[in-house]
Formats: sequence, structure tokens, C-alpha cells
Amino acid sequence: MNDTAMSALATEATNPQTVRTPDEHPTNFKIGANDVSVFYGNKQALFDVSIDIPERAVTAFIGPSGCGKSTFLRCFNRMNDTIDIARVTGRIEIDGREINESDIDVVELRARVGMVFQKPNPFPKSIFENVAYGPRIHGIASSKSELDDIVISSLERAGLASEVKDRLAEPGTGLSGGQQQRLCIARAIAVNPEVILMDEPCSALDPIATARIEELIDELRQNYTIVIVTHSMQQAARVSQRTAMFHLGYLVEEGPTDQMFTNPREKRTQDYITGRFG
Amino acid sequence: MTDSTMTVAVDWTSEQGAARRRRRHAADRRLRAYGIGAISLAIGLLAILIITLAATGYKAFVQTMVEVDFTISADLVKADDIPAGNFRAVVANAMSKLFPEVEGRETRELKQILTNNTRFIVRDAVIADPSVIGGTMTLRVPASDPFDQLNKREISRDLPEDQRRVNDRQITWFDKLDAEGRISTPFNWGLFFNADSRFPELAGLAGAIVGSFYALLVCFLISFPVGIAAAVYLEEFAPKNRLTDLIEVNINNLAAVPSVVFGLLGLAVFLNFFGLPRSAPLVGGMVLALMTLPTIIIVTRAALKSVPPSIREAALGMGASKHQTITHHVLPLALPGILTGTIIGLAQALGETAPLLLIGMNAFITSPPGGLMEASTALPTQVFIWADSPERGFVARTSAGILVLLGFLIVMNAIAIFLRQRLERTW
Ligand SMILES: Nc1ncnc2c1ncn2[C@@H]1O[C@H](COP(=O)(O)OP(=O)(O)O)[C@@H](O)[C@H]1O
Ligand SMILES: [Mg+2]
Repeated sequence: MNDTAMSALATEATNPQTVRTPDEHPTNFKIGANDVSVFYGNKQALFDVSIDIPERAVTAFIGPSGCGKSTFLRCFNRMNDTIDIARVTGRIEIDGREINESDIDVVELRARVGMVFQKPNPFPKSIFENVAYGPRIHGIASSKSELDDIVISSLERAGLASEVKDRLAEPGTGLSGGQQQRLCIARAIAVNPEVILMDEPCSALDPIATARIEELIDELRQNYTIVIVTHSMQQAARVSQRTAMFHLGYLVEEGPTDQMFTNPREKRTQDYITGRFG
Repeated sequence: MTDSTMTVAVDWTSEQGAARRRRRHAADRRLRAYGIGAISLAIGLLAILIITLAATGYKAFVQTMVEVDFTISADLVKADDIPAGNFRAVVANAMSKLFPEVEGRETRELKQILTNNTRFIVRDAVIADPSVIGGTMTLRVPASDPFDQLNKREISRDLPEDQRRVNDRQITWFDKLDAEGRISTPFNWGLFFNADSRFPELAGLAGAIVGSFYALLVCFLISFPVGIAAAVYLEEFAPKNRLTDLIEVNINNLAAVPSVVFGLLGLAVFLNFFGLPRSAPLVGGMVLALMTLPTIIIVTRAALKSVPPSIREAALGMGASKHQTITHHVLPLALPGILTGTIIGLAQALGETAPLLLIGMNAFITSPPGGLMEASTALPTQVFIWADSPERGFVARTSAGILVLLGFLIVMNAIAIFLRQRLERTW
């Protein structure tokens, strides 16, 4: 980690100058995005978005569907690289390092910036293999027993260990939707990333499974920087410390979550929060 | 477009409404009837094909055998040089012992009951067990084709003597052998374990089966890896542009090219240009590989396409490289589809005749090939050769050959179906 770059970033940040979590601890920025635009072919999906994402906190992206939340989220681990027609401009820095530069290895970047998708997508392999996959390909575990430890502790941190301890060899696809999503979270944290991106992780889940995941997110923020896309304002209010509101590819406003929901600066935010569109 | 708020009063009990529903049900029933009709027609034609083949072919699955006691005297066969022994005399003596009354020119007619190669059969038996020299050995020897046909009632005894290939004297001898219990018609293992022969009673499919096996092996070893590599490149790596579009169209067209064209290509390139041996399973396999390649590329691409994008995203999102994503996740998930398609492609190749004829795999070869470079036939070309032979015995063998070929095809397709059901995953 580069402390000077980080403080430089913090002072560079346009608005607001100091960010405070609800616990009133001043915090650092993990990710800084500057004038990020994304094009799908000729169609621009994201327009000059600048935002800073605080470290060890949950940042929520809200906005009506199709406004570019996922597109923006996928910039942070360069998943847009996998779409042929997508083109990203602007600067995105993680710990002060520009991630779109050619000397950045996406393989390493994606190990440091994990992702959980909208639809639970465990590999059609055993529960153990699902979690062990990341450590295996990145060569994190030096022995079989270390790998076992990583798998168990990841499942524990994802709150899944007690439910699957005795059936690690069973296919991950055989779990319930909520369990599958927690398995995907365990898989993501098994490589000990710094950032976890979650793209509507609860949209395919029932309310009980959703509550379980939200609890988990709250626990995980002690150790990880989390960015979550959600179409549910209540969820953003419940889990996040900062919220960013998008509309038609523009960042409308961002700020501490409680302020966004009680006293938004922009009329469009107010309208969206009160359910007038979206 | 009508206004969505407008309500239309519908009388569901009206006569017109009922008539309209009746017409719709009638149309459903008609469609069903057409479908059933079409399937019945297809199954009926297939049944006719199999029944006619079986009706002519089943007789080739049994073979008339004659039990003969051969006296292997030490004068005729020397223990230190068995192959040089006078086995012609051994056979002649054995037959004279059975029919002491037959003399002179008639002994030739007598010996015609046994297959022409009897002396080699006896020689091989003696080589296998030299202890019989000086004693007697009882062997069951195939009857020659005319007597095989006589025994199978393919030659009618009611025909005038000059119109059949066995004369009255020979029939009497044969009946005497039969009365002594020396004639039997066991299952014809020779059909599977003998190579081709001029004599129908000895001709078998061993050479063709081994040749087809080698050719398919070569075909698989070439077309499977090359096809998968090409499909993976086209599906996962190739940029979408004019050039790849052109390649794609060409591959699809290649799959529709008549197989005889591939045969001509093989003739021109492999035989004339590279100078590879004629009739070799290696060349046959290479030509079949050219034919099978487009099929494998197409099925592999379809199988790769059917792997859900969420799996790729999951792997890429974990930091797997493209290569790891493909080898760890995409290919294993696509494998059932790829294997099924490959087996079906190979089954097509197994039945392919024209390209093999062009590279000379229809030669007359009396021993199974010992390797990829040795001249050989293949199952379909063997059927082709037999269908062209005038002897009565080859008619049944042609049908039997087709049945064996169909048997292999059914087995291969069954394996494909089995694999598809066993390995197919849901997610
Ligand atoms: N792979 C893609 N190809 C082309 N256009 C896309 C692609 N993904 C998203 N878009 C477009 O980009 C815009 C933003 O999409 P997205 O980021 O998925 O919105 P959100 O996640 O906020 O619902 C939409 O108009 C969508 O149609
Ligand atoms: Mg989205």
C-alpha cells in the first residue's frame, strides 16, 4: 500500500473533503474514479463518472435499471475487458495505482478485487472445489492442509460452514439459492481480496436469504472494501455507509447514506427515493 | 391496436365460438396425425431395410462344416520342416479313406466338397500341434461354397444337373457324409476372424474391421484435437471480423462437401504429392479426418456456446486467465456435447465409402493389416467388394457385412446417447 499516494488522493477528492463513516472514524479512500466513461460500441452507457470509494466500508450504487450501475462496477475489476465491444475511458485508481495501465495484470487485479454476481453462479463442482479454486489458481496455499484451512475459514467467514461442513464433496449447485450466493462470497474471499464487488447479490433470493446476506455484508466490512449494486433502496439504507445515485449513465449524487436518504441535494435523488420513478 | 381500457363483451357460449374451438382442436389432431404418419413411414422403411438384410444375410452367420479324419503320416510331413509337408496328399488320402470306392478322375470332384484351402488349414493345425505327426487328427473343415449353398437350400436339388454347380454324384457323397453325422452348421466365427478370400466360405471381415479401426483411430487422432483447437480459437479467441466470418462460412460449407471430393483431394495430395502408400489405413484415416473435421468443429462450437456465460464470468471474476477459464471450466462442461458429436462424426466416417474407394482401400487383401501403412480394406469398401463378386456365397456375406457395419454404427450411437445422458449437467 502506498500511503503518500493515498493521502494525495484523499486531498484531491473533489467532494466532500473528509468522509466519515457513521462510526465517526475518518476513513481513507480505497478506490478513486475520475471521469470514467464506458461505451458499448457507439453507445455511451456511462458519462464522466468521478467518485471515491472509502476503505473498509460499504458503498451502495442505486438507480433505476439500465442506468449503468453494473457497467460502472465492472470497471473496478476490468470485467468490461471481457466484452468485445466495451471501451472504458478515464482513470480508476486502487490504492493510488491506475488499473487500466498496461503493466497491471488483470489476473492479479481480479484476485485483489473479488466479485459476486447477480445470479448465484457456483461452478458445477463440489463445494470444496468451488472455494478452493481461487487459492489453487493463484497458488496461495502451499499444502493440502493449508488449502483445507483456507476453505473452512472462508466458509466460516461467509457464514456457510455450519450448514455445509459435512458435505463439502457435494456439488455446489445442489445448495439453495441463498446458500449458493454465500458459497460465491466464500469463493470470492478465499483469495483474501481487498475489495469485494457485489452486483445485486440478493435480487434472486427470498427475504430470509437476503437478510442473511445483508448480515454477512455487515460483518465483512470490518475487513473488506465493499461496493454493492442494489435496486432496493431499503437494502442500500440497511447495509451501506455511502450511497451513490445513478441515472441514465450519470452519477447524480453521492454521499453518506443517512444524508442521502434523509436530505438529498438533488431533486432526482429525492424522486427516486420516494418512488416517483425507477 | 385497440385501446387497452376498452372492454369487449365476449359470448363464450356462442355457436360460432364453439365451431371455432372445434376447428382448432381438429387442426391439432391433424398435425398429430401427420407427425405419427411420418414417423411410421420412417420406421417402416427402416424395418424393411433391416428385414431384407437379415433375410439374405443371416445365412452368412452360419457355415457348413465337414468333419474329416486326417492321417498325418510321417512320410508326408516331416517334423523338422512341417510347412514343406505334402498336405495336398494328406487331404486326398483322408477323402479316399472316407470314400474308398471313388477312383480316378472322380476324386477331384470328391475333393471339391471341402474348401480349396483345406491343405493350409491342416498344415496350420499340424504346426500348432506337431505331436499329431504319425497319428490322426479330426478337424472340422468348411465345406466349399457350392456345398455350403446346397446345405443351406440355396441350391435346389430339383434343378436339372447341368444347371447347378454340384452334380448328382457329389450330392450322394454329401448326403452320405451328412448321414454319418459329419456335416454341421455352427456359428460362422470365420466371418469375424478371417480376412478376405477368393472363396466365399473362407472370406471374413477381420481385415476390414482392423482396417476400419486403424482408419478411425487416425481419423480421431487428427480430427479431435485439431477440431477442438480450431473451435476453441474461433469461439473464444477470434475477433469478430470479416475474416473470421469468412472462415466460419467456409467451415459450414466444408461440412456439406460431398465425400468423394475429399477422396479426390486425398488422392491428389496424400498419394500423388506426398507419396504415401495406396490403400493404407493411414491415408484413409487422414481423408476421413478431413471429412470429420468440419463436423467436430461445428459441434464443439455449439457445445462451447451452450456453456452458460455465468460460469465464464465466475472464473474470470476469480482471476482465472482465459486459458484457465477454458480448460478448467468451459471445456469440461462442453465435453459431453463434444464427445457425442465426435462419436456421431466418427460413425459417419465409419460408413463412408467413396473417399476410401478413391485411395484404393478396395483392394483384394487376404490378411488383416499389420500396421497403419499396410494395404487394407475397410468395412464399407469390403461390402462394396463383396457386392461386386459373382459367387452366390458373397451375396449373403454382403448382407452380413452390412449388418455388421450397422451393428458397429448402432453401438457407436448408443455410446453417444449414453455419454450424453451420463455426463450432461444441469445448472
Ligand atoms: N454487454 C453489453 N452490450 C451492450 N450494451 C450493454 C451491455 N451491457 C449493458 N449495456 C447497456 O448499458 C446500459 C447500462 O447497463 P447496466 O450497467 O447493466 O445497467 P444497470 O446495471 O444499472 O441496470 C444499458 O443501456 C444497457 O443496455
Ligand atoms: Mg445491473
